[in-house]
Amino acid sequence: MDAVTQLQRQFVEYTTSLYREGYLDDQFTQLQKLQDESNPDFVVEVVTLFFEDSEKLLNNLTAALQQENIDYKQVDAHVHQFKGSSSSIGAERVKNVCVVFRNYCDEKNLDGCVLCLQQAKNEYILIRNKLEALFNLEQQILQAGGSVPVMA
Amino acid sequence: MYVYRCPHAHITLQSVISNLIFFEKCLADTADFILNFASMECYGEDVPHVLAVDDNLIDRKLVEKLLKSSSCRVTTAENGMRALEYLGLRENHQQNNGSKVNMIITDYCMPGMTGYELLQKIKESSWLKEVPVIIMSSENIPTRINECLEMGAEMFMLKPLKLSDVKKLRHQLTNVEVVKR
Repeated sequence: MDAVTQLQRQFVEYTTSLYREGYLDDQFTQLQKLQDESNPDFVVEVVTLFFEDSEKLLNNLTAALQQENIDYKQVDAHVHQFKGSSSSIGAERVKNVCVVFRNYCDEKNLDGCVLCLQQAKNEYILIRNKLEALFNLEQQILQAGGSVPVMA
Repeated sequence: MYVYRCPHAHITLQSVISNLIFFEKCLADTADFILNFASMECYGEDVPHVLAVDDNLIDRKLVEKLLKSSSCRVTTAENGMRALEYLGLRENHQQNNGSKVNMIITDYCMPGMTGYELLQKIKESSWLKEVPVIIMSSENIPTRINECLEMGAEMFMLKPLKLSDVKKLRHQLTNVEVVKR
């Protein structure tokens, strides 16, 4: 098996596992469908925006939960944003944590919120690493002269 | 001067070169022509112009790309106030800037002014009330949906938006009377 075929196979296996393990959902496929010759880096651009936005939100959330008097409305507003953007790019596990997080905000449950924040951070780091690995594989395929397999 | 010994004995390398130079100039001229059009943003009248309003940066980028993929011209605004400014509907200063947009698509949950409030202001305006307004939300709340439809929203869509959703929108645009300039 030549290098390109091997890389392509790796790419397909890796992508399939991400969907199977719930890291990504159909929305990510939607993003890929939007990528075309007029915008060949669309997915990377959107995902990069998501990374930058998420890091800001996670910092804001950390600060908000360290306040003397916690403003749960504000915390909820940040989680709502995070839920929205993770949902829009197909980061399913992050989105699911946000759903639970919002419930704890409604209940003004500090322990629950702190727990969810930690989970959100963990899931974010996981999906960031996995997407970076995926983009890396794509680059390797392209540099080896191959084309990136299109997932149905 | 080089002479090729071939069936087309009249063709010389010199003439091939001058033809190529001429051809290269034609290509350059054509490229300039196309670039001019692109920079003038010369859209045909039948390209719908959509104003997309959303406070979330990622969602704005996504909705913009979805609409552009459906051959729409897109302007984005990050909140209700900016949207109203663009439409020429500011608080104490209203002016008809001409019918700039064929459709408005807005998120429901936004800080400051909700999508519902934005919808209300648009429907209160004599020259904008015919512009179809689509409301988007990540939350499926029937009372919210009804409230928006009753206020005159054309459609309510659940986020995250997909290509099939935008195809529906596009269809809607061709059915609704377009407010011409």
